[in-house]
Amino acid sequence: MADHLLEVRNLSVDFHTAQGTVHAVRDVSWHLDRGETLAILGESGSGKSVSASAIMNLIDCPPGEIVSGELLFDGQDLLKMTDDQRRDLNGRRIAMIFQDPLSHLNPVYTVGFQISEIMTAHGSPKDEARARALELMERVGIPNAADKIDSYPHEFSGGQRQRLMIAMALGMKPDILIADEPTTALDVTVQAQILDLLEELQAETQMGLLLITHDLGVVAEVADRVVVMNSGEIVETGTATQVYHNPTHPYTKQLIGAVPGTGEMAEPMDTAIKPILEINKMGKKYGAFTALQDASLTVLPGETVAIVGESGSGKSTLAKTLLRLEDATSGEALYQGRDLVTMDAAELFALRREIQMVFQDPTQSLNPRMSVYDIISEAFVIHPEILPKEKWTARVQELLEQVGLNASHMYRYPHQFSGGQRQRIAIARALALEPKLIVCDEAVSALDVSIQAQVITLLNRLQEELGLSYLFIAHDLPLVRDFAHRVVVMQGGRIVEQGPVAQIFDAPRETYTRNLLAASLHPDPEVQAARRAERQDLQEAV
Amino acid sequence: MTAFLQKRAFASLISLMGLVVLVFFLSRLTGDPTTLYLPVDASLESREQFRELHGLNDPILVQFGRYVGDLVQFDFGMSIRRSAPAIDVGLQAFVWTLQLALITMTLVTVAAIVIGSLAAFHIGGVFDRIATFFSLIGASAPDFWIAIISIVIFSVGLGWLPTSGTGTVWHWILPIAVLFIRPFGLILQVVRGSMVSTLSSAYVKTARAKGLRNKPIIFVHALRNAMLPVITVIGDQAAALLNGAVVVETIFGFPGVGKLMIDSILQRDFTVVLAAIMVTAVAIFVMNILIDILYAVLDPRIRY
Repeated sequence: MADHLLEVRNLSVDFHTAQGTVHAVRDVSWHLDRGETLAILGESGSGKSVSASAIMNLIDCPPGEIVSGELLFDGQDLLKMTDDQRRDLNGRRIAMIFQDPLSHLNPVYTVGFQISEIMTAHGSPKDEARARALELMERVGIPNAADKIDSYPHEFSGGQRQRLMIAMALGMKPDILIADEPTTALDVTVQAQILDLLEELQAETQMGLLLITHDLGVVAEVADRVVVMNSGEIVETGTATQVYHNPTHPYTKQLIGAVPGTGEMAEPMDTAIKPILEINKMGKKYGAFTALQDASLTVLPGETVAIVGESGSGKSTLAKTLLRLEDATSGEALYQGRDLVTMDAAELFALRREIQMVFQDPTQSLNPRMSVYDIISEAFVIHPEILPKEKWTARVQELLEQVGLNASHMYRYPHQFSGGQRQRIAIARALALEPKLIVCDEAVSALDVSIQAQVITLLNRLQEELGLSYLFIAHDLPLVRDFAHRVVVMQGGRIVEQGPVAQIFDAPRETYTRNLLAASLHPDPEVQAARRAERQDLQEAV
Repeated sequence: MTAFLQKRAFASLISLMGLVVLVFFLSRLTGDPTTLYLPVDASLESREQFRELHGLNDPILVQFGRYVGDLVQFDFGMSIRRSAPAIDVGLQAFVWTLQLALITMTLVTVAAIVIGSLAAFHIGGVFDRIATFFSLIGASAPDFWIAIISIVIFSVGLGWLPTSGTGTVWHWILPIAVLFIRPFGLILQVVRGSMVSTLSSAYVKTARAKGLRNKPIIFVHALRNAMLPVITVIGDQAAALLNGAVVVETIFGFPGVGKLMIDSILQRDFTVVLAAIMVTAVAIFVMNILIDILYAVLDPRIRY
């Protein structure tokens, strides 16, 4: 019986909602051994997190219902245990860390308290727990841990918060650590550090690591075996290398095919053309803080310029000052020869038509109480010179078809569409004003890989058809590699390097760019192993 | 924090000054004091004498100026009806009201938090339904009606409690019980709603994954986060009580500031009205500053 440390057998979980019963996972079986890393890979709605939540007794019943199955931990079925027995295992023998450490840490308690609490809850005396909390904070690499132990979660960076979550989870030296998308919200270089830390800790403690992720790169980096899930079912299992190189299920093949970063890179455009946008030494200060300094770049008609950088690099500030959502404190931004920075309100209003923006999260950027028709035709309400009213309906239909949506759905509301479709609506809204330049701020970051690929295809087609220019702000390097003509790398409010995409990816000059590239993950475990070696070399060089 | 307190104190002072202006002129709008103080058939001379004595013949701005000058020295003048300084009369009544408000709000807060939290934890369960049912009744029942009914039942019918006045512990029970009901119902609803959302938050999920028991999950992790909106409502309700529970104090003959204000307004005893208003206003400003401090204590992200 007790062959495996953890074995999930034939688990089926339903959720009973007002819209009917959802079969979240159906007949799922997998196992995890000591010292092993198992990845559960899937897109949103695949049910990849459900079995982990069942193991941690985190599924609320109702609306959830565990229909069938066994969860064997050390040979004992968790589902046959009392709530008290399961609570005793939670945190002590099976621990879990989550995607967004800021919301998963309690904002009103010190991190020292929250880390020690896992130990006091399982019987450790307070002073011992605090001493061990300090030790753990040092182990996971929090600088000046002794000074920071009484700080609150908001006083740490995103990467540090995830380190603190890990420290907390390790308090009782668990046999199993479940990590649910532990690096999704983090910058690539921080992601690499966190994954390294998890691997080191696993080697030290021989714990079983269950990693839930949507990212094939993460799988390639750390997983021994992988379980691929789609619509609540396991479609494929195997070692990470096997699954990447010899996928058997069509879904796995499609997923691997959609991963960016392996296609052809675009040829640079002819620089003899007059640029549509020319930014010269633009700067933005907030009080004493310089968010953007001496940023200069150009965008040609029909060109895609990607701005990459980690959080705090100034890439969003650049977009905001360009669109005059914030006022630049220095420099100029010439759009077809006219300076956006000094333009008066009337001129700016007219020009807003030509520069449009698509935001990261279409759920938030589309008004939930407006129908798609209202959302798109609002452009014509604001700029009535574009189109007489009797032609609005036909134009909205045309725009919806242009972005690959069904024109007959125009009176539906945003919540009736999927995430990818909502982003298409946002793109249609931007197109309604017939812009020449679209600023895409992490426009595909919130989407699943396969949807991401579809939206990128759409953007490419629109560029060809309409001659659009894109300023594409992104943190995902493989995506940029496939999509951009030119790449601008930013760090700490400055542009550190820019050039044609092939130059940046194949022959980066700056150490920062090299670090960034080495930290980005490749879906092929063998390529990724080489990349990791390179990353560690770079680290040692520092 | 010190800078914040100074700023708040200064802002409060400006508001107080506005209040002084408003109250002085509004109270003059309610009628001429001589017609009220003197008999209907009082002679013109005696009326004139009365005006002269109380400075009512001076232009209204002069009267106001004199008033403000006295106020700065905490001199509100003498009560016309009671032969005592107005400020003493106001403070005396306020102490009664303060005691009543403190006891009532402490009971309300403790009860609403405990019951509201448990209702939120067992959302949809029997306990939640009962608590919600009674809190809704409490929040919507008119207090004058409850006051009268409770006198009918407990004082007249059963003879357990005195009908009105002060003196023994028994005198306090009915006023407190009646004042308790409405804020309790309201605050319980706010606690419940706030707890429902914090109990479904990500950090509560973390707490469950850590293997914590229900009690620390509810009362340590969820409650402190849920308290922020609750405090706002508690402050609001406490302010209403500090202002004098006019109806309840009048029905129970409780010598608090609410009853004093009503009596003084009816008697055109302006000095007492103004003194009572200033005392309660200062108390409410102080309470609001305490609430701001409490916010910062509960939530380390709030720093002034």
